[in-house]
Amino acid sequence: MTDLATYNFAYLDEQTKRMIRRAILKAIAIPGYQVPFASREMPMPYGWGTGGVQVTAAVLGPDDTLKVIDQGADDTTNAVSIRAFFQKVANVRVTTKTADATIIQTRHRIPEAQLQAGQILVYQVPIPEPLRFLEPRETETRKMHALEEYGLMHVKLYEDIARHGHIATTYAYPVKVEGRYVMDPSPTPKFDNPKMHMSPALQLFGAGREKRIYAVPPYTEVVSLDFEDHPFEIQTFSQPCALCGAKGSYLDEVILDDKGGSMFVCSDTDFCEDRQAKGHRGALAADTAEAAE
Amino acid sequence: MRSDTQIFEGGFSDSVLNAQTVFRALMDAMANPGRIVEVSDLAAPPAPLTSLAASIAATLFDHDATVWCDRAISGSAACTGWLKFHTGLELTGEPADADFALISDVATMPSLESFCRGTSEYPDRSTTLILQIDGFDGADTLVLEGPGIKDSMAFSPSHLPRMFVDQWVANRAAFPRGVDLIFAGKGVLAALPRTTRIKKTEA
Ligand SMILES: [Zn+2]
Repeated sequence: MTDLATYNFAYLDEQTKRMIRRAILKAIAIPGYQVPFASREMPMPYGWGTGGVQVTAAVLGPDDTLKVIDQGADDTTNAVSIRAFFQKVANVRVTTKTADATIIQTRHRIPEAQLQAGQILVYQVPIPEPLRFLEPRETETRKMHALEEYGLMHVKLYEDIARHGHIATTYAYPVKVEGRYVMDPSPTPKFDNPKMHMSPALQLFGAGREKRIYAVPPYTEVVSLDFEDHPFEIQTFSQPCALCGAKGSYLDEVILDDKGGSMFVCSDTDFCEDRQAKGHRGALAADTAEAAE
Repeated sequence: MRSDTQIFEGGFSDSVLNAQTVFRALMDAMANPGRIVEVSDLAAPPAPLTSLAASIAATLFDHDATVWCDRAISGSAACTGWLKFHTGLELTGEPADADFALISDVATMPSLESFCRGTSEYPDRSTTLILQIDGFDGADTLVLEGPGIKDSMAFSPSHLPRMFVDQWVANRAAFPRGVDLIFAGKGVLAALPRTTRIKKTEA
């Protein structure tokens, strides 16, 4: 504990934690509504997820096990830095395994493995206001939410259809929470939107620069906005993961060589490694590839 | 015991970790309405404040929190002294101005609509009520549904405000405005956020 003596537990002072905790309780009571909070300076730049870090810091305790992902991976610079930060300031256990984590902080993805009751998913959110690109003034977007004036949002999605023949929005695809608030799921791909619906896990969202906290309690309705003649659809991939053979997971293209060769693999590295450990093989898995040669 | 001893003693033994423990219990309860969450005794306030209500106060209150207390608490110099010393809260005599309400006698409390429901633009600027009760083995059962509840949840607090079902229907109808309730029993707490619906009542 001697190293910890020079820090506040989980970095934030107690008054800041209390303020964030009060905001979190309100956010849970009003699902999808953005609660303003007095965001603090954190020892990392805003683009690094200071909102998510503050939410995690206010929630985290010595009994927690923390997982941090960026894109779907635990080993990117951002994820490694945030994990190291909480190890240092809270002496907390960390893991890369989704099933072992009590708190999962994420920037872009919801893990492929079904989250469990009792788990907490903390999103780092850059732009919390789904109506911001339609209306730059905060006073106006607040009124639109108060009056449930979401017509403009539907018009925007419909313009996609007019232009592309389908809804082209693929990231930060707006959802309606419990039939009331339109909410931005942060920069997750729309592929992950269905995982938010009736999730057994508690979902907390923190936007540091924009000073907003919002939440989706467990077992809460989260519906992606769509139209009767153009229903919401998630991205599909034409091939399974090249490493673990998973069908129906979200894939990233990985460049293999400078001749334009590439493969598609799970963006959720823990999910992919877990499947490989259980003996699942894709077309380009090391041992499969050897056997084919 | 002299009253100034009562005021200065009985706070959290570990202000950082005790507050974290109580907050997680509160968050668990608010995210899972009607769930009974255990919290060990972490504070020893003067009566009629209970250990758990005082722990919740020490976790959530500070000089940015305006708090209304019912007569049994506000009339006790030891209680208000304890709360001021351990939390720094602002007291108010007006329920509609309160961020939090501390209620020791649920039977005689003001109606839910006397408290603040927030505005349609800022529904979070509302009162969170902390109700001191004995426990969750009351004679009447409310069957709850709504966000945080998978199917339905049976909830039997030992004490409820008068005409509670009617009051709660009115609170629910004002959504997203409304008050949220925290029930503090002996070593156990539960919460009803404004989203919770009462499906039926069973005696
Ligand atoms: Zn894979």
